[in-house]
Amino acid sequence: MADVKKIATRQSYGEALRDLAEEYPNLVVLDADLSNATKTGVFKKAYPDRFINCGIAESDMMGIAAGLSTTGLIPFASTFAMFATGRAYEQVRNSIGYPHLNVKIGATHAGISVGEDGASHQCLEDLALMRMIPGMVVMCPADDTEARMAVKAALDYVGPVYIRFGRAAVPVVFGDDYKFEIGKGAILREGTDVTVVANGLCVASALEAADKLAAEGISAEVINICTIKPLDDDLIIASAKKTGKVVTAEEHSIVGGLGGAVAECLSEKCPTPLYRIGVRDRFGESGPAGELLKKYKLDGQGVYEQIKEFVAK
Amino acid sequence: MNNNELRYFANEVRKSIIIGTHSAKAGHPGGSLSAADIFTFLYFEEMHIDPLNPTMPDRDRFVLSKGQTAPGLYGVMAERGYFPKEEIPTLRHTGARLQGHPSMQYLPGIDMSSGSLGQGISVACGMAKGAKIQNKDFRVYTLLGDGELEEGQVWEAAMFAGAKKLDNLVVIVDNNNLQIDGTITEVNNPYPIDKKFEAFNFHVINIDGNDFDQIRAAFKEARATKGMPTAIIAKTVKGKGVSFMENNVNWHGVAPNDEQFEIAMKDLERIGEEIG
Repeated sequence: MADVKKIATRQSYGEALRDLAEEYPNLVVLDADLSNATKTGVFKKAYPDRFINCGIAESDMMGIAAGLSTTGLIPFASTFAMFATGRAYEQVRNSIGYPHLNVKIGATHAGISVGEDGASHQCLEDLALMRMIPGMVVMCPADDTEARMAVKAALDYVGPVYIRFGRAAVPVVFGDDYKFEIGKGAILREGTDVTVVANGLCVASALEAADKLAAEGISAEVINICTIKPLDDDLIIASAKKTGKVVTAEEHSIVGGLGGAVAECLSEKCPTPLYRIGVRDRFGESGPAGELLKKYKLDGQGVYEQIKEFVAK
Repeated sequence: MNNNELRYFANEVRKSIIIGTHSAKAGHPGGSLSAADIFTFLYFEEMHIDPLNPTMPDRDRFVLSKGQTAPGLYGVMAERGYFPKEEIPTLRHTGARLQGHPSMQYLPGIDMSSGSLGQGISVACGMAKGAKIQNKDFRVYTLLGDGELEEGQVWEAAMFAGAKKLDNLVVIVDNNNLQIDGTITEVNNPYPIDKKFEAFNFHVINIDGNDFDQIRAAFKEARATKGMPTAIIAKTVKGKGVSFMENNVNWHGVAPNDEQFEIAMKDLERIGEEIG
């Protein structure tokens, strides 16, 4: 995929906030001293009066966002996924989730593609943590196009939303004609032998893997699931019935994220052999993002190998 | 409203606290009683509110950061007409609107769900900042416990309020000196409270929080304070008004039994007769 355009979804996030600011005059953006990294600095530069720097105090930031929302504003609270969902978990649960306030959490630097910073900053649990909160919409866009659309969809939706963005540049998968809807997955490639349900940067990996598998006569159906909650059960079940084998692929712990959500759905409604590709219940480590994705078998080659092994069983 | 009228309503609020916690067989009477005068002043005198229009956009906001003292908040809200007083005994019962800690999802007029200590003050900061951004002139009040000051988030929020010059925010500390495990100095000394808030760029007012003259003067001073938030450190008596609960740590989170209920209500009836 050498010629494919690559953009980090955190960049898409910052630009989407800026580009939507005119259309959504109630939009305000909060950060916790990371606006350069989360790219909310792009918004701050254009709309300084609508940007609130809370300092290095993520728990406080979530409460401030809750308070702002009760006055009619639509706050996007931004920091790294580790701090948004880990450090401030209880604030998100009790001050945003429980009162079901119209707060959006834009969390960047999720997953091992954070790279050199290492395990302390590589959040592999955020989707699981957010998915447990009643009423919380949880999204993990695959590319630049979907990230921008997810931000707009979150603004149109009334209620708490968590969106996960990445640090590393990832291939642009979708064209401008892509139709995005909260809670709806998309079949990106039809197949008959195995279903691959992916999100985030693993969508590009899954598509690459499907090409390799096709060359060996294995027909993989690739489904993009940006919204982990509410999950598009119908789409996943229909595909599982067709192929009889399901693989999930995500840059997250195999516990509780997309793999967990799909496992819950299938085991209850349509028991199907399942293999979860992800970080296998361990912490990450330092290294360049590309090398780590390779090491943890989340790149195209790694996803391909794991699907092939599972299908052969 | 004159002080005698305020005293009357505060005493009615105290009766509701006793009736509610007795009926619930649980709850936090001590810190509800200590703050009853502050609740009463806020809801009867200080805040621009309309019980018949509880979501009025330009109303003043109240966040009960020390959410466990919901019985006091419910007492004053019922007295003010947000809901019928007959509902007070449903406190903490299954299906009741009067949840153990305040929930805006259950009861109209609650400006923020609270209960997990340290979080309400952050939300109040967000409300105050929201008013500033939108050029609205509503004010925001939040009541904290003194034990609650042990939560680090309180000081994150205080730093934000001072830094952003939220002069439409009033933080009230119910300084009754007792928390669940003992006096606040036995557990983990948050004193000096006033100097701490001063250091976080607040205008600080020390008062007797069970004295309506001092309460009135403090809120007036807060209103006149520009360019910085105000912290009112209100020295109060935990369990105020009920003889056997006053300054007794054992009444932090325990409800009166039938016999104690009778004594407590007699205490409050007697105070009511004195008020006239």
